[in-house]
Amino acid sequence: MRKLVVVGNGMAGARAVEEILTRGGGEMFRITMFGDEPHGNYNRILLSELLAGGPNPGTGPDGELLNEDLFLNPRQWYRDNGITLHAGVRVVRVDRFARRVYADDGSITRYDKLVLATGSRSFFPPMEGLWLDNKTLTPGVFGFRTLHDTMAMGRYARGKQRAAVIGGGLLGLEAARGLQAHGLAAHVVHAADGLMNQQLDAQGGRVLRRSLERLGITVHTGTRTTAIRRATEGAVIGVTFTDGSTLDVDMVVVTAGIRPNIGLAMVSGLETQRGIVVDDQLRSVDDDDIYAVGECVQHRGEVYGLVAPLWEQATVLADHITGADPTAAYHGSRLATKLKVAGVDVAAMGLKEPERPDDEFVQFSEPSRGVYQTVIIRDGMLVGATLLGDVSKAASLTQAFDRRVPLPEERIRLLFDLGAPASQVGAAELDDEAQVCNCNGVSKGELVACVRDGQRTVGGVMGATRAGKGCGSCKGLVAEIVEAALGGDLETDPAEAYYVPCIPMDKAALMAEIRHRGLRSPSAVFAALAQDGAEHAGSKMALTSLLRMMWGEQYIDERDSRFINDRVHANIQRDGTFSVVPQIAGGVTTPAQLRRIADVAERYNIPMVKLTGGQRIDLLGVRKEDLPGVWADLDMPSGHAYGKSFRTVKTCVGSDFCRFGLGDSTQLGIDIEQRYKGLESPAKMKLAVSGCPRNCAESYVKDVGIVAVEGGRWEIYVGGAAGATVRKGDLLATVDSRDEAVTLTGRFMQYYRENAKWLQRCYDFVPRIGLAELRAIVVEDRDGIAGQLDEAMQHSVDSYRDPWQEHRQPATEGQFRDALPLVELPKVPVR
Amino acid sequence: MSGPDRRLGSWRLGPVDQIPVGEGRAFAVGDEQVAVFRPRGGGLQALQAICPHRGGPLADGLIDQVQVVCPLHNHAFRLVDGQCTTGEWTVAAYQVAVEDGEVVVRLAR
Repeated sequence: MRKLVVVGNGMAGARAVEEILTRGGGEMFRITMFGDEPHGNYNRILLSELLAGGPNPGTGPDGELLNEDLFLNPRQWYRDNGITLHAGVRVVRVDRFARRVYADDGSITRYDKLVLATGSRSFFPPMEGLWLDNKTLTPGVFGFRTLHDTMAMGRYARGKQRAAVIGGGLLGLEAARGLQAHGLAAHVVHAADGLMNQQLDAQGGRVLRRSLERLGITVHTGTRTTAIRRATEGAVIGVTFTDGSTLDVDMVVVTAGIRPNIGLAMVSGLETQRGIVVDDQLRSVDDDDIYAVGECVQHRGEVYGLVAPLWEQATVLADHITGADPTAAYHGSRLATKLKVAGVDVAAMGLKEPERPDDEFVQFSEPSRGVYQTVIIRDGMLVGATLLGDVSKAASLTQAFDRRVPLPEERIRLLFDLGAPASQVGAAELDDEAQVCNCNGVSKGELVACVRDGQRTVGGVMGATRAGKGCGSCKGLVAEIVEAALGGDLETDPAEAYYVPCIPMDKAALMAEIRHRGLRSPSAVFAALAQDGAEHAGSKMALTSLLRMMWGEQYIDERDSRFINDRVHANIQRDGTFSVVPQIAGGVTTPAQLRRIADVAERYNIPMVKLTGGQRIDLLGVRKEDLPGVWADLDMPSGHAYGKSFRTVKTCVGSDFCRFGLGDSTQLGIDIEQRYKGLESPAKMKLAVSGCPRNCAESYVKDVGIVAVEGGRWEIYVGGAAGATVRKGDLLATVDSRDEAVTLTGRFMQYYRENAKWLQRCYDFVPRIGLAELRAIVVEDRDGIAGQLDEAMQHSVDSYRDPWQEHRQPATEGQFRDALPLVELPKVPVR
Repeated sequence: MSGPDRRLGSWRLGPVDQIPVGEGRAFAVGDEQVAVFRPRGGGLQALQAICPHRGGPLADGLIDQVQVVCPLHNHAFRLVDGQCTTGEWTVAAYQVAVEDGEVVVRLAR
């Protein structure tokens, strides 16, 4: 096995190794890591929080510091992945020709591939009295870079009064805030005029200064520190500034920037400038077997000090070194950062100030609230933005910046919603890793990537990623994310209004055309109306359902256009077997039926007999070729538990037995099921009838639910749901008799059958139409179509045939033939 | 009804009328399971019978001239070469023809 040696166990080194492992690098390489610091790998970003009294590291069994938040990889991780970790060991030289690394513990390690992730160190500008000797800082002076620095600062701060922080950048402000938390008065001394001048322009720096001063931090800008003053015994007692003035302090933290650690690369003969010079594959320009990653790297002239570029570099490095993607290339990072510095929110990306005369510059300043915001636009693209104090627009601006999407004409909309709904921000601020579609496991990042790859419609993204193609409950969120990712670039897909994908008509137009032309079979419809007259597999099921609903017994059946469930009148299961649910109307059965079901289950070795949520009995794991025999022996009608159709009516025991029953819900449920059984519809319809408002049959959460109320009346609820969506149905009407309940149920269902989109359940259909509109049409007959609806429904009822009678004469050759002839079915053993 | 050659070569699978127009039927061909489809537009197409996603029976899928859709999770495969158009899979595609009214499949790939 080849040997991979990684010098540096910081965030870059460990991340590179993680990425290598996820690409199977554990099988390719024996991995050895050297870390200067004596512990596992930790999140340097959280050191500020640690200083401010956040995470509190304890110690583990082998003396290592333990903290779940701070530590990224515990020692166990290295053991689990077969990585040899030399913690607290410094590599001093690389012999590139012998391919060996020499460490300060005297060890020599051979490598085939070497990764340098030596990071950077605090920069200490020249100041008199800073150093005790060549290597030792004056007691009371600290850098702010490592866990050791942080812990030492915390210990030293005990009982001290005042601290000077030299350098008013990000790290310095964090140090000041942290020391404040330890009870010290913090003075920030900054050489430039504006704080955080890497990220903020002068005015932003001033707003930030006000915010910090409100927090009790003293700020000195435009001031250099020339000397550290020491007491006779050696410890810090103050600092001296360029103008000769002094400040008495008990400790000094130097945060005047960082410098890449390039010493090892230099002595090993690798090209270094500000950092180790690498090519687009993160390899040293001098040696193809030596990679470098992180803050020690100089790529195309840039040295990065933030974490995001490091992640991007680690990915490319891992792709290349493992061969997972030999063409992987790093092209540099666009810097966008969002952070909290000393309790103040800051987001910054790209330019901090306009550079060219025609750069557009939008600026908003509200110092009393500590808010300062700018955007810089060049050639219609966002090239820079700064948000201070209020970063609510960071997500959308980052998107605009990263993806260079077109911007709103009114530029101010980049910073303010101006009355637009805020819900998009929610979708926009979801993590990329957040799983959006829980059925098909699609993350936000994958949706966004799909948009980046060129999908411009919600339907297109759903098709490509399969998000929303499971239970469908995430469709709204998917749409929101896609819209946000497109940043106003959304194209409405006219196909979303089509009833079936291959015919460019909505449902009403399609039905009118079918009727007008007298098209009574799927193939006739395809030939007449589809693009190029071509049939389309994904349209067949919807079209078949529609034609059966429209034509009843005049429909010309074409078996091949049916989904398998409708070809064999059973529900296909994951192993290719089927489930068989006989009709048990209203959930009421008899001893004789139960005996027959039991006999059949034994005779056909049915693996599972299960009571369903719809108060029926499900025989699961039936082989396709056994279906006709099972039906014949059951001698019961189909329960239609397989189609996009009327399914079942759940009932409670009603007035016959229940002490509370107000109406005979059981009989009403049986009557409704007998009348409407098996009717094809855009999506399944599950009903219930409850005998009183205690609602034991769960009528409030059914597609149509009926509840008996005092006075012999019945309430009819529509659009309830208790599946992937939970929704209480809307009260359509309260009627005076059971006959009216049956009729109105049928009329509503017929209106739904004629107007709902394919696979649109009642719980989406009812809100789409609106309850008031539904009442006007179905109950009050505003449009005068109630009679037609009732008539159409009666026609469908009259043309019903029990499909299980096909056991006598198969409808097609090999209708019940096994589709996996060599697979032993059922796969599930008999319970 | 299976033919003479062993693993490779031609296999006669019986009359074409076993497969209703517009549908597919599965056949055991030696150790292989082959789904043979008979699109409405004419001709025959043959693919490996098992969906690589979760083992669904492709012969039970809806078809048109170009694709079969697996009945379990709606992954679609091109009839001509078995390429999946909804995921990163491919299923084997076999040569198939009607000779003297019989379905003949060639297993050589």
